[in-house]
Amino acid sequence: MADAKRSPLAFMTSALAEAEVPDAVALRELSPRTQIDLRGEVADPAFAGTVESALRLTLPRTPNRVADAGGLLALWLGPDEWLLVGPEASDLEARLRSALSGQHVAITDVSANRTVLELGGPKAREILNKGCPLDLDPRVFGPGQCAQSILARAQLLLHQRDIEPTYHLYVRGSFAFYAASWLIDAMKEYRFAKRGGRRER
Amino acid sequence: MLLIECPWCGPRDEVEFRCGGEAHIARPQDPDALDDAAWADYVFMRTNPKGWHRERWCHSQGCRRWFNVRRSTVSHEITAVYKMGEEPPEAEGSAQ
Ligand SMILES: [Zn+2]
Repeated sequence: MADAKRSPLAFMTSALAEAEVPDAVALRELSPRTQIDLRGEVADPAFAGTVESALRLTLPRTPNRVADAGGLLALWLGPDEWLLVGPEASDLEARLRSALSGQHVAITDVSANRTVLELGGPKAREILNKGCPLDLDPRVFGPGQCAQSILARAQLLLHQRDIEPTYHLYVRGSFAFYAASWLIDAMKEYRFAKRGGRRER
Repeated sequence: MLLIECPWCGPRDEVEFRCGGEAHIARPQDPDALDDAAWADYVFMRTNPKGWHRERWCHSQGCRRWFNVRRSTVSHEITAVYKMGEEPPEAEGSAQ
């Protein structure tokens, strides 16, 4: 359950739940998590190796890939930039700071920057593509991939979790209400499409 | 709508990018030695060709990296995309 003091969409919890269209799509806000923006030169073994041994996680070098080490995620944001995502109560930043001290790196706590929406179901891909220009065809974009793009003019960091498909949408706190409202509207038609389909049968 | 190939992310929709104007304009080594006309030339004057143009683009809504593109200002055709610091490809003479 999202924390009312910190989650930008806590006041919409029931609206998000009510937007669900059974067997088509569901939407919810995930609980807050620790998010660290990490920058460094991945070709430098001192950097990549230190991160790897400190976190037991290999930073993805292939663009737009996600590394998952027992729930600790590293999302590729750029050739020298990753978003590390872990549980809310986490010493991630402190561990990185002590392991990388003295190195030419940037470690920034951006936990309050974005909130995470989970959009899942057989219609999730179609709904996203109403407002997102990414090619989400399963042949191009699948589980374990991430991408930064736009959702209906709001900044979006997208992570596909599984083949259902389930997506995690990282959106700016200040755009969260807008993005969530847009998604609820985009989900609406499937409610009616489903009813219509039932009636015909 | 253009489909622009980010050197890092691959083909993406034009709305994710921002154009930064003509590429390969070197900052003068010794700005103090320039008179106003020469400085104005560096800051403001661009070639503005009808045809092939090398320009800088930023994947501003994606990986936020700057790179270079060779695009026709007539047809919008893009024939080359290359990273900052890389050599520009051979100039295209005929196709406009
Ligand atoms: Zn990119």
